[in-house]
Amino acid sequence: MTAPIATALAGAGPLRGPLAISISNLSKSYGPPGNRVLALRDISLEVRRGEFHCLVGASGCGKSTLLSLIVGLERTKVGKIRLQGRPTLMFQESALFPWLTARGNVELALRLAGARKATWRAEADRLLALVRLTGFEHKLPHELSGGMRQRVALARALAQRADILLMDEPFGSLDAMTRDLLHDELEQLWAETGPTVVFVTHDVREAVRLGDQVTVLTSRPGRVAAVFEVNLPRPRLVGSADVAALTEEVTDRLRAEVRRHADD
Amino acid sequence: MQTTDGSREAKARQERELAGLDALDMPLRPRIARAARIWAGLWPKLAAAGILLAIWQGIVLTGWRPSYVLPGPVEVFERLASDVTARDLPLAVAITMRRAAIGFGIALAVGMLIGLALVGSRTLRTAGASLITGLQTMPSIAWFPLAILIFGLSEPAILFVVVLGAAPAIANGLIAGVDTIPRSLLRVGRVLGARRFKKYRFVVLPAALPGFVGGLKQGWAFAWRSLMAGELLVIIGTQPSIGARLQFARELSDAPALLSMMLVILAIGIGIDGLLFGTLEAFVRRRWGLGVRS
Repeated sequence: MTAPIATALAGAGPLRGPLAISISNLSKSYGPPGNRVLALRDISLEVRRGEFHCLVGASGCGKSTLLSLIVGLERTKVGKIRLQGRPTLMFQESALFPWLTARGNVELALRLAGARKATWRAEADRLLALVRLTGFEHKLPHELSGGMRQRVALARALAQRADILLMDEPFGSLDAMTRDLLHDELEQLWAETGPTVVFVTHDVREAVRLGDQVTVLTSRPGRVAAVFEVNLPRPRLVGSADVAALTEEVTDRLRAEVRRHADD
Repeated sequence: MQTTDGSREAKARQERELAGLDALDMPLRPRIARAARIWAGLWPKLAAAGILLAIWQGIVLTGWRPSYVLPGPVEVFERLASDVTARDLPLAVAITMRRAAIGFGIALAVGMLIGLALVGSRTLRTAGASLITGLQTMPSIAWFPLAILIFGLSEPAILFVVVLGAAPAIANGLIAGVDTIPRSLLRVGRVLGARRFKKYRFVVLPAALPGFVGGLKQGWAFAWRSLMAGELLVIIGTQPSIGARLQFARELSDAPALLSMMLVILAIGIGIDGLLFGTLEAFVRRRWGLGVRS
């Protein structure tokens, strides 16, 4: 189910490398027996190593559930998830530890990841510099803006040296201008450090701006509705005609999906 | 060359924009002078104390009870001043405070152990939670006959009751603190790989602290009440204490001494609550960013 525009612009991407994530026939339901709610149904998905993979879907598509299953916060009972490498998850709300400074939050991640004590401070400061937070190392989370907190959370996730970075609507609560700038920052970081990224969002434009592939999920239960390849050169301008055209195409697919629920 | 310059320029511009947004988004906090802040917190308390003293003096002036039964504030404060300068009141306060510190310390350890055990196990919690609340509502003075039976009229009898009075409140405070931890912090802890001991050390205990401070305050209040009840009942000849002095003052019908001891008890209770636990609470609230607009 590859979009025509995307294939027309096909180029050498990371879409041919070895698999980092392979999900097959994954289902997940919640609730007591007899009154179970199906959150995910028969999801099959492949993400290549080094790929930037975006998942879009309306409310109730089980995006967060899917990430929780991949990172292991919830148990997989039906279906299979195979990972090549260690995953980490960055949450929608930064979820920084409020009693630790920006540096302290990153240092704790290093410590729990087993880094040598002598390296904590320098490494934390290096990671904070990577997300442009030099000079704010000693600030507590509540002293930082929303965008800065998300960057600390990103630095903390990078501190784990995970091979697979799962991001659950990381910029969802930020204003548009900050979000645009963080897209550029994230793209550069990804290009420099090269993890596999699975990026969940409800913003199609954001998905097309960042992703090598965009997977559209249905809602209640979440299923894979379509996979779009985005073979547009980076960095992509959100205003460009190619991005706009593909955004529209993905949005149409998503809208069709939402319309199905009009009579729910 | 031109494109490299161009992209470098674009990157510099992007960094400046990000720094600009950061600066604009930083929460602003007006700075209030330290002296002004302290005064703002102090004057209502001083005013309240003044009003109470005035009411006391007013009742004395009505002649409701003779002054050897209900002396006025001036007489009581004079007595307090002369007692403070004599050696035995400071000694009594020191012994009482030592008991308070030891008792509260043991209660803290016991309460935290029980609290953590209940937090860690669903079965234990179901079994223990209502029992602990029951213990907390039990008046500590009701423990004394048993304590005296077991330990005799001794220091351990007093400590036993202080610990029984304070530990349930501390355990309950810890449980309440853990219950109010945002779920997202626990999930982050798991993602970061904090398990077992590390989970409690780095995530659960610090995250529970804002709720736990309330339990500590309550634990102190219970400990102090139990200690005073204990010192009234368990009087050890060689150990002067605030409670013993209160009891002797009653036996000798020495009203100024009795009232001055009550003032000491009140002052210590309020002082520890405000200076120790109030400071701890203020620190935690500030550090955690609670009650701060963000």
